[in-house]
Amino acid sequence: MQKRACAFAILAAGLTGSPASAYTAYVSNEKDNTMTVVDTATMQVMKTVEVGQRPRGITISHDGKLVYLCASDDDTVQIIDTATLEIVGTLPSGPDPELFVLSPDGKTLYVANEDDNLVTAIDVESKQVLAEIPVGVEPEGMGVSPDGKTMVNTSETTSMAHFIDTGTHEVTDNVLVDTRPRFAEFKPDGSQVWVSAEVGGTVSVIDNAKREVVKKIQFAIQGLRAETIQPVGIAISADGKKAYVALGPANHVAVINTDTYEVEKYILVGQRVWHLAFTPDQKTLISTNGNSNDITFIDTATDDPVQSLTVGQQPWGVVISPK
Amino acid sequence: MTSAVPGTLAAFLCFFSLTVNFSDATGQETVAKPEKETTEIKIGYLRAYAPQLTLSMLDLPPRDEGVAGAEVAIGDNNTTGKFTNQKFSLDVTEIKPEGDAVRAFEDLIAKGDRYVVADLSARQLLSIADIARDKGVLIFNVGATDDSLREEDCRINVFHIAPTRSMLADALAQYLMVKKWPNWVLLYGSHEQDHLYADALRRAATRFGGQIVAEKEFKDTGTARRTDTGATQIQQQISVFTQDLPEHDVVLVADESEVFGTYVPYRTWTPRLVAGTAGLVASSWHPASEQWGGIQMQSRFLKTTSRRMLSKDMSAWTAVRAVGEATTRTKGDDAKKIGDYIRSDDFSVAAFKGQKLTFRKWNLQLRQPILLGDTKSVVSTSPQEGYLHQVSELDTLGVDQPETKCALK
Repeated sequence: MQKRACAFAILAAGLTGSPASAYTAYVSNEKDNTMTVVDTATMQVMKTVEVGQRPRGITISHDGKLVYLCASDDDTVQIIDTATLEIVGTLPSGPDPELFVLSPDGKTLYVANEDDNLVTAIDVESKQVLAEIPVGVEPEGMGVSPDGKTMVNTSETTSMAHFIDTGTHEVTDNVLVDTRPRFAEFKPDGSQVWVSAEVGGTVSVIDNAKREVVKKIQFAIQGLRAETIQPVGIAISADGKKAYVALGPANHVAVINTDTYEVEKYILVGQRVWHLAFTPDQKTLISTNGNSNDITFIDTATDDPVQSLTVGQQPWGVVISPK
Repeated sequence: MTSAVPGTLAAFLCFFSLTVNFSDATGQETVAKPEKETTEIKIGYLRAYAPQLTLSMLDLPPRDEGVAGAEVAIGDNNTTGKFTNQKFSLDVTEIKPEGDAVRAFEDLIAKGDRYVVADLSARQLLSIADIARDKGVLIFNVGATDDSLREEDCRINVFHIAPTRSMLADALAQYLMVKKWPNWVLLYGSHEQDHLYADALRRAATRFGGQIVAEKEFKDTGTARRTDTGATQIQQQISVFTQDLPEHDVVLVADESEVFGTYVPYRTWTPRLVAGTAGLVASSWHPASEQWGGIQMQSRFLKTTSRRMLSKDMSAWTAVRAVGEATTRTKGDDAKKIGDYIRSDDFSVAAFKGQKLTFRKWNLQLRQPILLGDTKSVVSTSPQEGYLHQVSELDTLGVDQPETKCALK
């Protein structure tokens, strides 16, 4: 059934043929230790690159020249040159890096060390550890405010969003959210942080000034048991109007109006949808679907899935080049 | 910046800031905001323990089985406690199997423990349940799988983390039915707990449409479990014991007492799969479970204890985490409030099983997926797909609300 839907989607895309700008997407594949390089215009795989063990978190330098990749089981962050697609170095991430975020000035990488209840701040230029910040149990989600002054980390077993002052590297506020928070994303204006809770099944909207939960968003998809709805990745559009939430084994991405907090649509993608990334022109959103080993291209004008593309085994994270 | 300020003004500013600092320092006792007080949450752990013989050396329970899980959870709670000004501690007390639990329990209460993790027999647990209730103490049962404790002997202050025998048997039966292996023979041991497990398997057969085509009791004659010629003897014994059985798909084994079960696989008269307490075993955790973030739990446990995590470790971890979760959410250490909160709709705890775990309100049994595994890997997780329920599919495992004999008091 799903395959037929996909085939139809491909056909439809071919017919309407809306020209997309060419960007490069990089997908980390957790199970086969590779990174898939994808052309977002042709929606084709350009290359598959061998990387370290259990690649998960992935991000890119602001000039698009370097990809940073958490090789969790190698306890390191690998640096990949996007021109040659070769590993050109590593960063001292601390043990079991899972997810990270690059500061808006591109100078500091904040890494969640899941096994050690730490957030490590690394200077990417000198490759030196700037600070190790103790947080809750199983730190995972990492978000940074647009002004770079505040970093938010979520800890899965502690169920908190920890607000960290990036100047002092101190935890300043701890906000309790629902069970197993996985991801933190600031709104582009810095007014709110959205935090997903995988087991709790909700997204908490935290006011960044008050450091309080101001709204809890719930999800319901007809025909699906509540337990299968497990929010993970979040992407908020550059204009701040729409938030997309990947719902894990529910195989859907929720589209939320950030003014009303209403879920306006559930987009069917692949199995166990984990993370999301926009193309820089905001026209396309890509989801990684871990259990169907593919990614889905979503047209953000219609919020329809356009095409699915097989990548490596258990795609986890995705990042798209800035140009 | 400073250079732009005229010298006198700079000096004045400097003086001003000095005086401010000075007054700060002197007025500290009255002005400075007091350090938030840390609440201490004392959890007791009462276990019946004696070294135990098992048929396989691999099954010898580690000395700290269960306790280690509680200790890891105390560490996890304390990491969270740094942010909530709560400090958790664990008092472990051991008694003999079937020893007097009352005195040991009263000692724990005297130490100030208001939450007690109990790894006791059903009889021992019952002996302390009402004392606990009268003193406002919550008990978390991690050892006894007896259905009776959740049914006719249920108590309002006793939370059951360990799954019941009926939950384990139902989890297994669902899988065997999904595999279309419906014809079973049941071999059970001669001790009380073996009979109870056999009862649970019979109930599961009726519930899910399995056929028990024959039953046989394996008498514990008290002979040596391991002898020099053991392997040869056992090979013949089990073969002969299973010789006269009618045609079947699966051999079900109910041997909690470790008298013969481990010896059944590969030694039967006809080549058949084995399940129950040997072969494919249903349990609340498996040392190889890595789904749903489980690998994080496994590696954290291994790092702390230098051994693999067993079911009782997971139950004890979950018990201590349940207390931690409730104290974090209620922002306090009032055992009554904590008990009310855990019994409420708001409570859930995550334990690496792919969904939140909650308590059945009618008998305070923790709802949980059951893992089916062999010695090396997790084969499946129940409830199986297609077993539907109007409240929670987890309630297809074990005694459901309409059948319960429990009246909480």
